[in-house]
Amino acid sequence: MKTIRYIIQKEFKQIFRNKGMLPIIFVLPLLQLIILSNAATFEVKNIKFAFIDNDHSASSRALIDKFEASTYFDVLTVFPSETQASSAMLKGEVDVFLEIPSHFERDLQKNKTTSLGVTINAIDGAAAGVENVYVTQIVQSYNKQIKTDLMQVSDAQIQPVTITSIPLFWYNETLNYKTFMVPGILVLLVTMITLFLSGMNIVREKEIGTLEQINVTPIKKSQFIIGKLFPFWVIGMGLLTIGLIIAKLIFNVPMIGDLLLMYFYTSIYILVILGMGLFISNFTDTQQQAMFIAWFFTVIFILMSGLFTPIESMPGWAQTLTEFNPIKYFVEVMRMVMLKGSGFVDILPQLVKTLVYAIIMNGLAVWSYKKTT
Amino acid sequence: MKKTNVIQAEDLTKMFGDFKAVNGITFEVKKGEIFGFLGANGAGKTTAMKMLIGISIPTSGKANVAGFDVFTQAEDIKKNIGYMSQKFALYDDLTVKENISFFGGIYGLTKARIKEKTKELIEDLGLQEVSNQLVGSLPLGWKQKISFSVALLHEPKIVFLDEPTGGVDPITRRQFWEMIYKAAHYGTTIFVTTHYMDEAEYCDRVSIMVNGKIEALNTPKKLKEQFQVDNMNDVFLKLARG
Amino acid sequence: MKRFVGFIKKEFYHIFRDTRSLFILFGMPIVQILLFGFAITNEINNVDIAILDHSKDATTKEIINKISASKYFSIKQILERETDIEAVFKKGKVKAVLNFETDFGKNLIKDHQATVQIITDATDPNTANTISNYINSILQNYQQEQNKAIHIDYVIVPEPRMVYNPELKSVYMFVPGVMTIILMLVSAMMTSISITREKELGTMEILLVSPIKPFQVIIGKVFPYIFLSVINAVVIVLLSIFIFKMPVQGSLFLLALESVLFIISALALGILISTISATQQTAMMISLMGLMLPVILLSGFIFPISSMPLPLQVLSNIIPAKWFIIILKGIMLKGVGLEFIWKETLILLGMTILFIGLSVKKYKIRLE
Repeated sequence: MKTIRYIIQKEFKQIFRNKGMLPIIFVLPLLQLIILSNAATFEVKNIKFAFIDNDHSASSRALIDKFEASTYFDVLTVFPSETQASSAMLKGEVDVFLEIPSHFERDLQKNKTTSLGVTINAIDGAAAGVENVYVTQIVQSYNKQIKTDLMQVSDAQIQPVTITSIPLFWYNETLNYKTFMVPGILVLLVTMITLFLSGMNIVREKEIGTLEQINVTPIKKSQFIIGKLFPFWVIGMGLLTIGLIIAKLIFNVPMIGDLLLMYFYTSIYILVILGMGLFISNFTDTQQQAMFIAWFFTVIFILMSGLFTPIESMPGWAQTLTEFNPIKYFVEVMRMVMLKGSGFVDILPQLVKTLVYAIIMNGLAVWSYKKTT
Repeated sequence: MKKTNVIQAEDLTKMFGDFKAVNGITFEVKKGEIFGFLGANGAGKTTAMKMLIGISIPTSGKANVAGFDVFTQAEDIKKNIGYMSQKFALYDDLTVKENISFFGGIYGLTKARIKEKTKELIEDLGLQEVSNQLVGSLPLGWKQKISFSVALLHEPKIVFLDEPTGGVDPITRRQFWEMIYKAAHYGTTIFVTTHYMDEAEYCDRVSIMVNGKIEALNTPKKLKEQFQVDNMNDVFLKLARG
Repeated sequence: MKRFVGFIKKEFYHIFRDTRSLFILFGMPIVQILLFGFAITNEINNVDIAILDHSKDATTKEIINKISASKYFSIKQILERETDIEAVFKKGKVKAVLNFETDFGKNLIKDHQATVQIITDATDPNTANTISNYINSILQNYQQEQNKAIHIDYVIVPEPRMVYNPELKSVYMFVPGVMTIILMLVSAMMTSISITREKELGTMEILLVSPIKPFQVIIGKVFPYIFLSVINAVVIVLLSIFIFKMPVQGSLFLLALESVLFIISALALGILISTISATQQTAMMISLMGLMLPVILLSGFIFPISSMPLPLQVLSNIIPAKWFIIILKGIMLKGVGLEFIWKETLILLGMTILFIGLSVKKYKIRLE
């Protein structure tokens, strides 16, 4: 027991004496949290919109007016031809352009139906889908308008049916992306720091030779490892705390659920990450190798965590893989507890899985550390 | 009075794949001896030592250190020995005092004892001015002496020194050997590897390893007689030429 | 010159002898691109939803069937009470609940209007919005069918044409981004430790004392990694083309050139990082911690830059990855030539020169 205390003391001293690393461990993540959380949004805004009006009628103008009135679209300019509009799209100057056919107004009055050419830059398929929805919504609203204007008496008896769908967005009425992203990004930052630090730690002692010195002492494996992990655990929890304060103060992220539950879960989660870092550290000879491996897993974990793209959208085999992604559980718990107010029982599945993961990972780390080779 | 053997090795071998780094060496070291484990770079000295200090498992053979078996009782061995590695492994980002306190703590010394020992060590080595300085800022010679003293903190029966005088000037080397004599005088057995053949003169007995085997094992005096030369360097040259 | 060549040779030896690192350098990007190409997508599939049907009549049944038949949704649970909604969301079992009012069918026939609530779990606002829109589309579809049956016209039919990516494959959006990120991180990481390792091992002093000019040292360190990264880039592009069926509408040659340019800029950034780091650990931490998130978030890889607050849009301009992604998408998906992307190319070039220049300057300072 006392031995562990000596290791912990040494580690803390070394961490805080490393003047170069301190800003990287504390300032950099928090800075990123503040700045980058503002970047994360899937909202489609400021859609660069252009149009080609071959009709020049009152109706076509009325349609364009509706687009101008919409907050989603930035109506940029009118193009004389489709070729020019396409060229502008190639240059990236236009996201969506509308081509109103000649005889637009006439066809509407005579045949009661006409078509509209809508060209959308679909490289970002999801955004394109949303843009299409917005275009359709505006067209439909225009549709309704002209029905009332152009409808003749004989048609008055037959009324269209309308299904009114009311979208309700629970837990995040305004669809504020920050509510969603800030806790998530905090998770990523805490994970990265603890993984990188623990991953490099033992390898560094290997490289400078002090590890050998330690292996010759009678210290027990478990004492050594616990002593090494504890300071990083503290740093992780510390970062989380400061991060949560920032989330509340700067971003006003709601914290509906039980903060203590969040802490409890995080304390176990960090153990998983530390165990991984340690495990990696045992199998590499240089800090470079350790970092490369840590990087490999980090990028995969981050992109497959459900933070940026939903896990439900992934193919079955990928979803199975995410079962082994600790970040996935953290993101789920973070959202459930903080934003929905879920309780202990609700997060029990994630908690248990994380706990098991922590035990296995740290067990592996201790087992694979050999004082004698 | 028969002196007991504190180290005993019989046909000790370590193979890395097909390569025999240590090829069946047999020797004993008596209590209180200063035993020089000589050989050229790459002869297998460090590998052999690693087996004796319990961080490398032999491929075959037998060995006992401080009465414990290297195969099955490595952790017990570690309680009874001290070690100074080639790299003088101290923490550059901890102060002299902190390094002492750390290793003392690891070896289970009480706080009071650590305090005592720290005072002793700093006075003996004249480090009062730098005791609170980071070890990384100290010259090599001082690191070496501190490293040796740290190895002796828990008053082990045997202390293993791996090339302890590498890169240090001759005066510091001599001072260092005086420290070794002092420790031996108090009954500590010293097992030291080196490739400086002149240091062999300082040892009670030496063994010379060539290509993984012990080709000579005796007192320096007897070896010089055997090979009819007047210094250990020439003994080695004759051996190396085969 | 011979000295310089000798120096480069030494760098190559370093790299190729560390087999573990090599394995990671080549193997990891391949694994990652395969993984991400197939796994990362914004499209929704089989989203679990629940139904709270207060009417339980033929109309609601028809609508529910339509929804269940769609590949986007999977009806996981039927709820009985309003209070059940909260519970099912809290447990995270479903992402949306459809709440039909009582007498839905009757109301539609009698009053020509009926209401249904689309309640989504908006803790993931993006998915929630998409789900809401999709469900709404299905409802609108049903509505239109009903109206067609009674011949109500006055319909303007928008005919959407999705260009550059007609099938709306999210792969097209992500693969260029993933390529960029992997190349950037690998390159920056590799070179960032290159100089600091020499510093830590002490061999840097030998270099400093040697007659090799600082400029040559920097170039010499970057050179072997260009070679490695180009191999990586080629493999990634090939995988994209053959496995993900990413088109390369534009010139392959231009693609190659631009890739080399980007790689050099990333490598140069790595070198710059290493000149300001005292230890390997610092260099690596800066490369990873300092680059990873900003590159993922600000490069336009996942989140559209045009939707970000203005200060961030400005900030994104200093991220080389942002420009390269535009170039990649342009060449691969739009098939444009240099005349459309010369601006971005020039910017990348400028950044590269800046990084190398700064590195040489910092390295020189060490000499004094």
